Amino acid sequence: MLRALLASVIGIVAFTVVLGFGYPALMTGFAQVALPHQANGSLVERGNKVVGSSLAAQDFSFPGYFHERPSATSPAYNPAFTTFSNLGPTNPALAQLVHANAKAVLKLEGPYNPGLTIHDIPVDAVVPSGSGIDPEISIAYANLQAHRVAAVRHLPLATVQSLIKENTAGRSLDFLGEQGVNVLELNLAIDQQGGK
Amino acid sequence: MGQGIAQILVYAAVLIALSYPLGIWMARVYTREQSDVIERGFLRLLGRDAAADQNWKQYGRSVIVFSIAFSVFLFGLLRLQGHLFLNPDHLPAVPWTVALNTTASFVTNTNWQYYAGEATMSYLSQMAGLAVQQFVSAGVGLAVVAAVIRGIARRGGGVGLGNFWRDLYRSIVYILLPLSVVLAVVLIWQGVPQTFHGHVTATTLQGAHQTIARGPVASMISIKQLGTNGGGYYDSNSAVPFENPTPVSNFLEVLAILLIPFAQLVMFGRMVLARRHAWVLYAVCFTIFAIGVSIAFPAEQHGSAVLRNSGVNITNSASQSGGNMTDKEVRFGIANTALWATATTDVSNGSVSGGHDAFTPAGGAVPLVDMFLGEVEPGGVGSGLYGLIFYILIAVFVAGLMVGRTPEWLGKKIEAREMKLAAVGALFVPTMVLVMTAVAIATPAGLASIFNPGAHGFSETLYAYTSQSNNNGSAFAGYAATTFSTTFGTVALYFGRFFPLLAGLAIGGSLAAKKVVPASAGTFRTDGATFGILLLGVIALTAGLMILPALTLGPIVEGLMN
Repeated sequence: MLRALLASVIGIVAFTVVLGFGYPALMTGFAQVALPHQANGSLVERGNKVVGSSLAAQDFSFPGYFHERPSATSPAYNPAFTTFSNLGPTNPALAQLVHANAKAVLKLEGPYNPGLTIHDIPVDAVVPSGSGIDPEISIAYANLQAHRVAAVRHLPLATVQSLIKENTAGRSLDFLGEQGVNVLELNLAIDQQGGK
Repeated sequence: MGQGIAQILVYAAVLIALSYPLGIWMARVYTREQSDVIERGFLRLLGRDAAADQNWKQYGRSVIVFSIAFSVFLFGLLRLQGHLFLNPDHLPAVPWTVALNTTASFVTNTNWQYYAGEATMSYLSQMAGLAVQQFVSAGVGLAVVAAVIRGIARRGGGVGLGNFWRDLYRSIVYILLPLSVVLAVVLIWQGVPQTFHGHVTATTLQGAHQTIARGPVASMISIKQLGTNGGGYYDSNSAVPFENPTPVSNFLEVLAILLIPFAQLVMFGRMVLARRHAWVLYAVCFTIFAIGVSIAFPAEQHGSAVLRNSGVNITNSASQSGGNMTDKEVRFGIANTALWATATTDVSNGSVSGGHDAFTPAGGAVPLVDMFLGEVEPGGVGSGLYGLIFYILIAVFVAGLMVGRTPEWLGKKIEAREMKLAAVGALFVPTMVLVMTAVAIATPAGLASIFNPGAHGFSETLYAYTSQSNNNGSAFAGYAATTFSTTFGTVALYFGRFFPLLAGLAIGGSLAAKKVVPASAGTFRTDGATFGILLLGVIALTAGLMILPALTLGPIVEGLMN
C-alpha cells in the first residue's frame, strides 16, 4: 500500500508538470506566435481602443444600433460570468419573459414596420441565448431591425440591408451550423456609414 | 429540417470513418510488448516492481490509491489558489463544499460543475488542477478498460491483467495527448483563447465597460471533449463562443465526444479476436444513439407550448433556425444542439452546447434516459466499456436460460460469480440514483436546490443525481449548489465511479483465470443480429424499466402539460 502511495505521489507530480504546465505552456507559446488575434480573445479595436470581442455580445440599447438577443447573465451580456437562463419549458416565468420581450420588440420596431404583429418576431429575439453572450442574431431578426436602424440613421434601407449581408456568417463550408449576423461587427459597419 | 438531418448524417459518417482506424491504433497501443524509452524511465521512477503484471485486485488497488492521492492534491490546490501563482484576476479560495464536490467530480471523470469556471477558478486551478484530471481520469478509464479486455482475451495461464501505470502512461501519451494537441490547434484557429493574460476590459460602442474573461482555454477544451470529461472553462460550457466559436469548432468538439468511445469497440474486437461481435456491439450502440437524436431533434424543433402559444415565429426557414431557441445559440441552431445533447449523454462526457434545463420535455428526457442506461452507448472514455460488458453478460445469461445451457461468452463459461458481479455492476448505480433522488425530493434541504416549479423541478433533481452517479456531468443547470447538494453529490460521484469500476475489473480477473471452451453447435452465437436485438432488449428491460416510474413523475407529466 505504501509503495502504491509513493508511486502515486510521483505520478501526480510527473503528470502535473507535463500535462498541467508543459502542455498548456506549449499551446500558449504556439498560439501567441501563430494566431495572436484569436488567442487573446478575438478583440475588436477602433482607434486603438478595445471596444469588445467579436465573440461576445454587448449591450446595445440606442435605437441607431442593432440589438442583441436577450441575455440571462448579470448584468446582461457579461463575458466574465456566463450563464443559461435555465427556464424550463413549462415554467410560467418563461411565458412571462417571452410575452414581455415580444411586447418590447413590438413597441420598438412597430413604428418602423407598419403592420408588424407578434407573428413576425423571430423566436431568437425573445428568448435568452445559451451563453448569455451569443454574438449573433438570426437573419430574420436583423431584417426586422433594419428598418429602424435605417430610419434613425437616415441611411437608405438598401445600404443597411447590404451591410447585414456583409456581416452574415454563412454556414461553415456552406454546410455546417446555421447562419447568423454578428451584431457588434454589423454595428461597427453602421457607425462607419455615419449619420447618427 | 433537411439541412439539419444532412448535418447529422455527415457527422455519423465521419464518426464511423475515424473511429475505425483509431480503434486499430488503440489496440496496438495496449498490446505492444516493447516500451518506449520514456515509458521505461517513468516506470522506473515510480519505484521497484511498479512495472510488474498485476492481478485485478492489485490493479484496482493502484487505481484507488492513485485516485485518492490525486483527490487530496486537487482539493488542496483549489483551497490554496488564492495564495498561489497564475491567478491574474486575484480569485480567492474555492469554498470548501464546492471544492470537495469539484474534486470528486474531476477525479471521477464526471466534471459536474457547481461553480462558474471563469469567475471561480484561477488559471493555475484550471490548467494544472482541473485539466490535468481531464487527462488522468480519462487515462484511468481507458487503462481499466484495457485491463478488463485483457482478462477476457487471456487464453489459459495466469491471472494478470497488465500493469496500471503502463496502461495509464500509454493512454495519455499515445492517445489522449496527441489528439488533444491537434484539436487544440484547430480550436485556437477557430477563435478559442489561449493566453496567460488576465481579463480584459473593453469600452463598448455605447461607452459602457465590459470585462471579458479569457485564459488558457483551448488546451483545456480539447481534452474536455476527447476524454469524456465535459467540464468547461466557462459556466455555460460549449455554448460560450470562447469555448466553441464556430460551426467548425462545434463539429469537431461533438465529434471528439464520441470518437474514442466508438473506437474502443473496434479496439475491443481486435483485442479479443472477435471482430464481428464487436461490430454487433457497435451497431447496438449506434442504434441507441440514432434513436436519441431522432427524438431530441424533432422535439426541440417543434418547440414548447409556451413558445408555440406565444405567437412568435418559431418556424424553421432560410432566415432562422426556429424551434426552441431558449438557452441555445444562433450559430448552432436546433439540429446541432440536439445532436450534442444526445452524444454527450450516450457517453459520460457531459459537456453541453445549450442549456438542457430549457429543453422541451421530450428533448430533455433523451439525455436523462441515455445517462440512466449507464451511458453504455458506447460508454465513456472514463466510465469505459465495462458498463456495456455488464449488459452483455446479462444478455448471454438470459440466452443461456432460454436454450438450457451454461452461458458462454467469447469462449469462456459465465458462472455464478460473473453473473453476481454483472448484476451488481448493472443495477447498483440506477438503484443509487433512485434512492438519492427520493431522499433529495423528500427533504427540505434537497428541495432547496430546485429552480423550476412543478414536475420540471423533479426532473432537475432526478437529472442531477443521474448525471453525477453515472459520472456524466451535464445538468439541468438550474439545480443549485447547497451544502446538502454538494456533499450528497460527492457521495454519488465516488460511488458511481468506483463501484462499477471494481466490478468490471473483478469480472476481468475472473474471466482471465478461466479455461477456453471450444464453441460447439449449441453455443449461442453473439456475432449476429439476434444477439444485437437481445442486448438492446436487456438494456431496455433492466435500467430502462427502472427509470420509467421516475420518468412519469418528471418529463412525462410535463410532456402532458406541454
